[in-house]
Amino acid sequence: MKVEGQPLHSHFETLQQQENASTLGMWVFIATEVLFFGVIFTAYVYLRWEYPAAVRAGSLHLEIVLGSINTAVLLTSSFIMATAVLMAEAGRRRLASLLAAITAAMGVAFLVIKGTEYSMVIAHGFFPGAGGGPVPGREELFFWLYFLMTGLHALHVFIGVGLLSGVAFFLRRPRGVSVNAVRNIGLYWHFVDLVWVFLFPLLYLASHR
Amino acid sequence: MNHSELTQPVDLPARENDSYLAKHTVRSWLLTTDHKRIAILYLLSILFFFLIAAIAAAIIRIELVTPQEDLIGADMYNRMFTLHGVLMVWFFLIPAAPTVLGNFILPLMLGARDVAFPRLNLLSWYLFITGGMVSLYAILVGGVDTGWTFYTPYSTTFTNGHLVTMVAGVFIAGFSSILSGLNFIITTHKLRAPGLTWFRLPLFVWGLYATSIILVLATPVLAMVLVLIAAERLWGIGIFDPAKGGDPVLFQHLFWFYSHPAVYIMILPGMGVVSELIPCFARKRIFGYKFVAAASVAIAVFSFLVWGHHMFVSSQSVYAGFMFSILSYMVAVPSAIKVFNWTATLYKGSISFDTPMLYALGFIGLFTMGGLTGLFVAAIAVDVHVTDTYFIVAHFHYIMVGGMVLGFMGGLHFWWPKITGRMYPEAIGRLAALVTFIGFNLTFFPQFVMGYLGMPRRYQVYPEEFQFYHILSSAGASILGVGYLLPVIYFIWSLKHGPRAPDNPWSATGLEWTTASPPPVHNFHQIPVVVEEAYQYPVPASPPLEAALPGKSQKGEPL
Repeated sequence: MKVEGQPLHSHFETLQQQENASTLGMWVFIATEVLFFGVIFTAYVYLRWEYPAAVRAGSLHLEIVLGSINTAVLLTSSFIMATAVLMAEAGRRRLASLLAAITAAMGVAFLVIKGTEYSMVIAHGFFPGAGGGPVPGREELFFWLYFLMTGLHALHVFIGVGLLSGVAFFLRRPRGVSVNAVRNIGLYWHFVDLVWVFLFPLLYLASHR
Repeated sequence: MNHSELTQPVDLPARENDSYLAKHTVRSWLLTTDHKRIAILYLLSILFFFLIAAIAAAIIRIELVTPQEDLIGADMYNRMFTLHGVLMVWFFLIPAAPTVLGNFILPLMLGARDVAFPRLNLLSWYLFITGGMVSLYAILVGGVDTGWTFYTPYSTTFTNGHLVTMVAGVFIAGFSSILSGLNFIITTHKLRAPGLTWFRLPLFVWGLYATSIILVLATPVLAMVLVLIAAERLWGIGIFDPAKGGDPVLFQHLFWFYSHPAVYIMILPGMGVVSELIPCFARKRIFGYKFVAAASVAIAVFSFLVWGHHMFVSSQSVYAGFMFSILSYMVAVPSAIKVFNWTATLYKGSISFDTPMLYALGFIGLFTMGGLTGLFVAAIAVDVHVTDTYFIVAHFHYIMVGGMVLGFMGGLHFWWPKITGRMYPEAIGRLAALVTFIGFNLTFFPQFVMGYLGMPRRYQVYPEEFQFYHILSSAGASILGVGYLLPVIYFIWSLKHGPRAPDNPWSATGLEWTTASPPPVHNFHQIPVVVEEAYQYPVPASPPLEAALPGKSQKGEPL
């Protein structure tokens, strides 16, 4: 395998060993993340189980068009990231850098759309605890979970944008970043994408059968 | 065991400069990425937290000598046992064995030069310290009175303590746990020396691996739960508040989904240590290696399926109670496999009662007591009777102190020569082990009795009929305190005055004993090659350095 970028650390015997270690490290980290999100998904399951009507009613007030656009943006960005990894593996680092930059830009677009959606939901008075808004009964809890789940996800997108910008920048330097690091950050990005694949139907499509 | 006759003729001066302890600057400690130095940073930090938590326990035991309120009031008493619980659980019991013994010994056992991610390792120490400081701040500005379990709705709605700060501290320390666990898993997978296959690994590595799996998969759940109670308390989101459609029992489910496996985070490395000590001091191969190894993994898997046994008296479904009860019984199977295999290893061994061995034997006895009473409380009917009594307090202290602390002390004594290059005074060491064992039993055995008779936990005022047991318990605690203090004193003494340790003072097998004491910065001058399975006891007169080299393979195989 062609290996460029970072040098071998002294406690590893071979570069292959070092790369395998960091890849496995990313997988274990993702396992941790799954359990991290798992708690709040459990809270959602509780709410939906106990108060299905409240979840459906709350879901109707979300901006499903913006949510769908965001889903498309994120899925496409994942595809572009996968291409970036392929290009990096093929040694076409400039093209890979460009693709990583596009992925990062789509992450930013996701965050902008998300922010717009937040402001619209808040403008309609659905921010929980704000008082005065049309938030009857258990719906308030639905909106708390909506903000917690998407907020936590947005934080992950934000971190991902930072990592991808770094990848895009350092791929242009001769020994800036290893192909394996690009692959691992790609893994992280696909994970963030995958979380959204679950969030979107649970939150936005709950009322659409 | 006579140490001098085992000393190898290695030129000491050359070794001294090479040692990982050679540099003395503060910077060389605080910016180190050497797993051995990080282990020592952890050792000092956990001892600091242990000291504070132990002082809280001392205040609690003094208060409980009389049935009335005399030393501290009810509110202060609540804050004291919360302090004791939070610091002991998250800042001593959980990190102690993995981050001190694990950090130091794991790469040495694997024949590696460091853990897989040395900088991440240092970061996790800084996270640990930051978390500890935030929690200490919460204690200094007024403390928390909820108990270490932070049960809702009391914690989220009613308490006047500094809950959010305390929870933030534990949250930060949680990330330290996750990163350590991640590091150990990758190290075990990717940095084993040539020839060191999975079933040649020392059993401490298996224990640590199982622990790390729990650390990585359970701790994030705790982290998110803590976020939820902080959010609930700050903004009243209502997920744990029945008035807003939430459910306080949901908190208990999520909390124990972490906190039950956390018990196994504490005990599994201790079991690993005992699996090292028993073969070494009985001069025999471990009985049923594969079963002991697999039992560690089985315990880790089961640990995720039994959390509901903490909730038999909550509103949990009675059918769920049945399932959790049965699953809890099943944990006894791998645990008993370990105990029986250790016992079988002792059978017909030539046993020497060195200090580490005394701790290991104490571990087996006390862990068995803790485990068997665990079966009592896994039975729903008995548990309903003893829930929230001193019976529970005694049960988990038999596991956590009798099991984990004795295992940790045994390991610390066993590897102290390797860590510092010095021997501790053996006679006082044995005395301290004995004092600890006696003090521990005197402290906690009466608590089984009074708990069964109905003494509830977490009260500082109690009916006079329980005073006898409380006095016994407090007397035992002071003896236990001496048992803890003695090693601190002679360990510090040994740093300057202890005799120099040979590379392999116990004639033990294992790669960590093939390198110098203390080890050189990069652990091994040449990465060892492993050609045989672990615990090839009895070790012949020559040290096991040769045993790890190729060319001797015919002697060790087949098995």
